[in-house]
Amino acid sequence: MAVCIAAFAKENYPLYIRSVPTQNELKFHYTVHTSLDVVEEKISAVGKSLGDQRELYLGLLYPTEDYKVYGYVTNSKVKFVIVVDSSNTSLRDNEIRSMFRKLHNSFTDVMCNPFYNPGDPIQSKAFNGIVSGMMVQTG
Amino acid sequence: MDCQEEKPIIYTMENKPIVTCAGDQGLFTSLYTSLAQQLPREPMEWRGTYGRAPKMIHLEANFVQFKEELLPKEGNKALLTFPFLHIYWTDCCDTEMYKSSVKEDMLRWQNTLRSHGSADWVIIIVETNDTKRKNKTNILPRSSIVDKIRSDFCNKQNDRCVVLSDPLKESSRSVESWNSLLLKLRTLLLMSFTKNLGRFEDDMRTLREKRTQPGWSFCEYFMVQEELAFVFEMLQQFEDALVQYDELDALFTQYVLNFGAGDTANWLGSFCAPVRNWSGLLLRRPIDMEKRDSIQRGEASLLDLRSYLFSRQCTLLIFLQRPWEVTQRALELLHNCVQELRLLEVSVVDGALDCWVFLSCLEVLHRIEGCCDQAQIAANCSHTVGLWAYATDKLKSLGELCGLVSEKVPTSEDLNRTVDLLAGLGDERPETANSLQSPYKKLKEALSSVEAFERHYLVIFQSIHFLMSARLVGKSLAEFYMRKGDPERAETFLQEALKSYVSEGWSLPLTHTRRQIAECQKLLGRTEDYLQTSALLAGDENLTTEERKHFFQEILSFAGKSGNPSHKVSLSMNVFAQLTRLQFHPATASVHSGGVLQVELMLRSLMPVSVHIQQLAASIHFEVDHGGTLGRSKGAQRHTNLGTIEFNLGNPSAGLPSSAAPRPVLELDEVQDRSPSDNSLNSTGVVCKNTHLLIRRHESNSPPEMPNCVSPPTVAMKEGAQMLKVQDVTLEPGNNSVIFTAPSGQPGSYMLRQLCATVGEVQFIQSHIYPSVGYEVYSQEPQLTVEPLSEPLLAGLPQMVKFTLLTGHYTVKKGDALQLSNSETMPILPSTKLVGESTLSIQSSEKVTSISLPPTPPYHTMEFQLEVLCIIPTGSERPANERLTNGEIRHRPRSYSHPDTPMTAIDQRMSIDCPWSIYSTLLTLTFYIPFKTKHSLLSAGNRKYIQVCVQNVSDVNFTLAEVKLTENQHASLELQSFNTKTHQLLCSKHSVFCLWEVRWKDDLPSCLQCVFSANFSPINQDTSAFKPFHYQFQLERVTTLYSVRAEILPPSGEQHCRCGLVCDLEVCITRLTELSEGEITEDSKTDTDGLKTTKLMYEVADSSSNWAVCGKSSGMVLMPTKANATHKVQIEVMPLFAGHLPFPKIKVLKYLPHTAAVATQPDPDSCVENDSLSLLDKTLDDQADTASIRSRGSVHSVGSGDQQQRGVAMPRLEPFSPGQVFNHSHTQQVLVLPTTEDHIMEVNAT
Repeated sequence: MAVCIAAFAKENYPLYIRSVPTQNELKFHYTVHTSLDVVEEKISAVGKSLGDQRELYLGLLYPTEDYKVYGYVTNSKVKFVIVVDSSNTSLRDNEIRSMFRKLHNSFTDVMCNPFYNPGDPIQSKAFNGIVSGMMVQTG
Repeated sequence: MDCQEEKPIIYTMENKPIVTCAGDQGLFTSLYTSLAQQLPREPMEWRGTYGRAPKMIHLEANFVQFKEELLPKEGNKALLTFPFLHIYWTDCCDTEMYKSSVKEDMLRWQNTLRSHGSADWVIIIVETNDTKRKNKTNILPRSSIVDKIRSDFCNKQNDRCVVLSDPLKESSRSVESWNSLLLKLRTLLLMSFTKNLGRFEDDMRTLREKRTQPGWSFCEYFMVQEELAFVFEMLQQFEDALVQYDELDALFTQYVLNFGAGDTANWLGSFCAPVRNWSGLLLRRPIDMEKRDSIQRGEASLLDLRSYLFSRQCTLLIFLQRPWEVTQRALELLHNCVQELRLLEVSVVDGALDCWVFLSCLEVLHRIEGCCDQAQIAANCSHTVGLWAYATDKLKSLGELCGLVSEKVPTSEDLNRTVDLLAGLGDERPETANSLQSPYKKLKEALSSVEAFERHYLVIFQSIHFLMSARLVGKSLAEFYMRKGDPERAETFLQEALKSYVSEGWSLPLTHTRRQIAECQKLLGRTEDYLQTSALLAGDENLTTEERKHFFQEILSFAGKSGNPSHKVSLSMNVFAQLTRLQFHPATASVHSGGVLQVELMLRSLMPVSVHIQQLAASIHFEVDHGGTLGRSKGAQRHTNLGTIEFNLGNPSAGLPSSAAPRPVLELDEVQDRSPSDNSLNSTGVVCKNTHLLIRRHESNSPPEMPNCVSPPTVAMKEGAQMLKVQDVTLEPGNNSVIFTAPSGQPGSYMLRQLCATVGEVQFIQSHIYPSVGYEVYSQEPQLTVEPLSEPLLAGLPQMVKFTLLTGHYTVKKGDALQLSNSETMPILPSTKLVGESTLSIQSSEKVTSISLPPTPPYHTMEFQLEVLCIIPTGSERPANERLTNGEIRHRPRSYSHPDTPMTAIDQRMSIDCPWSIYSTLLTLTFYIPFKTKHSLLSAGNRKYIQVCVQNVSDVNFTLAEVKLTENQHASLELQSFNTKTHQLLCSKHSVFCLWEVRWKDDLPSCLQCVFSANFSPINQDTSAFKPFHYQFQLERVTTLYSVRAEILPPSGEQHCRCGLVCDLEVCITRLTELSEGEITEDSKTDTDGLKTTKLMYEVADSSSNWAVCGKSSGMVLMPTKANATHKVQIEVMPLFAGHLPFPKIKVLKYLPHTAAVATQPDPDSCVENDSLSLLDKTLDDQADTASIRSRGSVHSVGSGDQQQRGVAMPRLEPFSPGQVFNHSHTQQVLVLPTTEDHIMEVNAT
């Protein structure tokens, strides 16, 4: 499904990046990094209009010829980004949303771990498993 | 009126619904203007078909003269040309005229309509006052014409006939009739729309449902649905029109996707034709008829269809004033088209799509710029930036394709390709032919030459003024410049990008960018920077080992160059190797001067291969320690973690940030809550002590610091005076341990400052070591301590004493010796034990014991034991002060009782001369005497016995042997022992009593000098261990002078004493000896009648309240000083109890008159003493007189206690020495019977 899934701290440094191993990892890093600017833009735009009733899902951030980049930002400004292959047209918006929701739940679990320092790279197996689940279902 | 004779031109947006007009054309013409004006004035609510939401709609109409050709034929789907309403105009008011011509005309009109199935018609009858008046006579009433028409044509539909009154007059009646007409027209129009559109849509849907059938054509269907869109657009229902296009779009997309999934539709074949034209979107015309025609003909390519569809959507969106949706949709479209072409496997010339996308992007942007002002565009640049970026991207790839982005001139192949691409663009559209900045012109020019390309490329770049993509743009520019062979400009962009990646902790882009920088720096020949970057890259885990080795080889090859030796390149150590741990051996990090201290560094090499380092050096900052020479404690305090310092640098190469590097460590403590009553465990847990530090909101924690920022600052190695150096070390990848031997010459503190690894011409320098690490070198004075091997030291027995010598900075040389001043109270016994290897030789002379020490290096400890014996002082002898050999006054060991132990302690001082000092070391040892000895003299008449009691107060059990008592002054004296055992056990806290009888031949000397001696040893030791113990004492006035004999006589007539009856106590004092010499000097000088007498005082006292002394209880007796002189005294006493009562105590005391006292203590002024004497007499008399029950024992205290202390010249009483008076009736008892009288006894039973 997804070809790259990433999570970022409030300060935009990566907490977690994983991409499909067959493709150029560096390219994903660049793509995702660029998309963060759109996230910032969207957050500031949304922040102005609606106060706290914020939609966490940011929608399509950064379409390119090859990939679609979707964004999601938690209330604590942790960002999730999912990159999907453009050729994968079967994926509906709702599915992307539910992927983000799953990701968010798993991230919350990571944060609840008392041995996890907020801001450290995520190394949780559970989180990794969730991400793998989203990436494996290619087809 | 534009009477539309020709087919209406529908291809403008000026389309209006067509309404035909029949009947009186002149009449209509006169009314047309106001009708056309007023019809759209009022909006009408239109409930569209298919449940569309009701909308308010302003209706307009195109009034056309009725012709039969206008009516649609069967099967014609055109909607735009469809007449929605047919109107018949008439102003006929003449019945005849109606009957003759109008009716026929109307019938014909009706029939024509009916034959075409059109039911949307209305007849308008115009009435004017003029017509009324003119035909007043011969006309029917107005109503009759209307009624007639109604009955003729609208028998069922009354509302199909409308009357308009006085249309050209401005009367209220006229306005009213206009309004009702307009309302009617609008209503009918809407009805017609609803009906006809509904029918159309039904047909359309039916057609769509047939799409699975073979032979169905998308293009046909497209035309049908577009017709609907046109109508909606005509009705200005742009939203609905857009929906039609969106539906078409979605339908087409779905087909393409299905194609991708293997479900091929036949009609798609035409769209799979190779792309021949890539002229881009055309958005300047409302409708691109060329493309529409090609679609209609089924010849359109995919790009054509998409372009046309988008141009329509774009037009509608701009009508809807949603330009930003255009940009967004455009980007989607462009991406989508590229995908679809790929999916449909359409063959495309290389670069053609790039051209198409580039042109399209610019076209969309131009279109948007055309309909928005600058401010709007600036505010919404986020919507356009995607297009700009996309265009830039495409231009770049075009440039690369056509060989325009390189140092070289484009090859002929490149030129051919360019020509092909330009051919595909076709001719410029007429719309933009005059515009200088058209996308077409831009592309053509950009592809024409290298210079033009660069100019255009950079211009486009400037359009991207949105921060977000700026970084990526910077990188693209950098790459562009690198291809252009301009590394200098490229590097600045790259450094910029690098900074942001570093600050945000992106490791992979960081590595990539850094590699590009390395490339630039190499090209620029900036050796130092290049080497630094290479070092970073060589340690970068994101790179493959080969790449890392390559970069490391770059460093090595530079290092290997033996160029000018003065030019050494200094690089930061952190990227090369990290100091992870530092360990001191010994762990205290404190060593005496000259001692061996090793520093072990744990270096983690980040290099991919093992590195040979010529020299690894750590510079040291030395500071002389002023705070004394004993650095031991200080050093230990500082390094609580036992000499190991962990350095926490994070992991710079990986770039993965540990968000808060200096986060405090958890300090956890175990807590247990116990119940106060029975101390059972209630709860246990772990408590964090520094929660206030840990649980803190890290609000603005900046992204983690990366130790190796863009270019780590290189610091020159400071050449310190002292260095830790190791030559020729090989660092393997990973952890390496390097051991230094630290200089420890001078006392002081040494701080490690910098670390430097030298590899050929390259130096890796760590500018400072943090946390600061150091060690201390101290110097120490020699120290000698003497302490008992076991506590306590017992006097009299040989005891081991341990000597501990810390040599400190002093080197014990051969021949050095300790000189101990001898003291005879504590001899040093020759037996010695050494705890070291070599032996000590001890030489004792008369005054000095010298212990020669083996040669010992400084800062060593030497221990040996000496056996010493403290001689127990025997008694009161006081030898004169002596001087020790070194001139010190010998201090007699004083004995005192120690508060902690019952033993008597003796402090024994030792004076030791040490070779390192001119001063003697004085030491004190405390010994304890294990015994307490008491002696007593016992008498039996004239016979004398001496008892010695030895009490063991120590914790040791002893054997006592050879108990002996000697008298050394009187040879005639014989001491006969009653002690039968030779060896006697004397347990701890127990006593042994020894008894001797004193026998003498002629005379018993009044003073005896006795020495008690015994041998003792701790139990279970052989006889050789016996040590002597002496106890010296003196007995004085040993001879018995008087014997006292008492007798209690029952009252006369009684056989026994009786309780309560006064008895006689007869005391008989007898002098046993002649006046001895001692006595003469003392108290028998008073010669009154030639007969020598001594004054004695007797006293009867009963301390146990058994007796009441009646009458005189004490008195004076003058005793002649000759043997067997006897004096009898009778005293009345009364027993108070019945039973065997001990005799009352009888005391005999010496009475010394004050004159006699002078002899012992001469005192000239004694004039006042008479008074006091008389006073004393008086009191004595008084007391004697008042002899009663309460008079017990007070005289004694008067005589012996107070008076003696108060004044020596007073007459006083002096007790005899214990052996001088022998009481025969001591402890004798007498039977006392109870009284015969009856007594009331009180019995208290408790």
